Amino acid sequence: MRIIKAREIAETVAKLSLKANCSLRPDVLEKIRLAFKKESDKRAKAALESIIKNAGIARREKLAICQDTGLPIVFIDIGQDVSIKGDLKKAINRGIALGYRKGSFRESIVRDPLARSKPGYEGVVIHTEITRGNKIKITVMPKGFGCENKSLLKMFLPTAGTGQIKKFIIDAVKSAGPDACPPYIVGVGIGGTADYASLLAKKALLKRKGTVPYLEKVLLKELNQLKIGPMGLGGKSTCLAINIETCPTHIAGLPVAVNISCHALRSATKIL
Amino acid sequence: MKKVFSSTIKNLSAGDEIKFSGIIYTARDQAHKRLVKDIGRGRGIGRNFKIKDAVIYYCGPTKAPKGKIIGSCGPTTSSRMDEFTPFLLKRGLKAMIGKGRRSKEVIAAIKKYKGVYFLAPAGCGALVSKYVKKVKPAAYPDLGPEQILMLEVKNLPLIVGIDSKGRSIYGKD
Repeated sequence: MRIIKAREIAETVAKLSLKANCSLRPDVLEKIRLAFKKESDKRAKAALESIIKNAGIARREKLAICQDTGLPIVFIDIGQDVSIKGDLKKAINRGIALGYRKGSFRESIVRDPLARSKPGYEGVVIHTEITRGNKIKITVMPKGFGCENKSLLKMFLPTAGTGQIKKFIIDAVKSAGPDACPPYIVGVGIGGTADYASLLAKKALLKRKGTVPYLEKVLLKELNQLKIGPMGLGGKSTCLAINIETCPTHIAGLPVAVNISCHALRSATKIL
Repeated sequence: MKKVFSSTIKNLSAGDEIKFSGIIYTARDQAHKRLVKDIGRGRGIGRNFKIKDAVIYYCGPTKAPKGKIIGSCGPTTSSRMDEFTPFLLKRGLKAMIGKGRRSKEVIAAIKKYKGVYFLAPAGCGALVSKYVKKVKPAAYPDLGPEQILMLEVKNLPLIVGIDSKGRSIYGKD
């Protein structure tokens, strides 16, 4: 049994939260650069240029890429041969508070969603998974709410065709329109239950590639014909990528969840 | 342009790119809810903020890191403020800065009260911070990141989203 101290987890979470918020993921930046190269619309090109410039300033000056430093989501995969010494949940929340304070990030979490009192750092969303081995994999994903607000879930009939699912995904992006900081990265979860499809959609945003390439390719092409474009001002670059994740589901259903990310898709991972 | 004068606003068309210099006030969800309540009841908002001729920026910045006056400070989604906006325009709000579409009601009110709605570089909060020259608390400090701040900006690049004739850069949907 390998022992990992909760304190080490807190320190790792703190570091990852700083990295995720200030250094845009290299794969995301690469996609934005590629879109910039391909874009011919003058205004869209200028908007993409600003996005690239913004990422540079954030990285160099350790400023948050976006003022919405999100509701931090922490994915933690714990090897079954690991024993954690200390309080894991507390450690994760402390790590976020530590990192967010150090980075001067925004306090965006209200403890009570109804009373909506003064916001703070506490109330991180944590997803744990038990895996094989004796390591812990931690991912911090600060998810902005401009795009999180555009999330959708639909429970399709099991007899529904791919066409209906495609339309649902395209309509989700259309309805986000220019509001949630396009060009988007679209995460889709298909299968499982209502809650699990939603989680898969979010996890799809962490992947470098989806798992249903034939569908992703067609959808990406169609999404980029919507001409929403960077800042919603037209152009070719409406979506940078679409990743679909699937899992087994019930004979009576076909849950489909869409989780949209703005161009500032942020996450950072470390294995302990 | 130095200040948003009514005469300047009249000459702006949807799609125009401008550089804005002057005073703007951050206000987002909770500040809007409170502004409408307080102004409706005839309460003062504080010495540093008047709705008459104000330019409101939909923004909740990150805290100022050491050695800086402000953190990342890009625009938030404007449509969340739609239900409060016609009332504020009626009470003298002149211009808004944000990102994304506005409701039919807001477009009609912009036309009626001869206001203007600008788009700021969306998702580029670090970049926008470079145009902020001064920051001063203006109202509702208890709202934390949602408090109203007075920002002095210089040459902030904006695009006219909806002009005083009610024309939108996004067309008619």
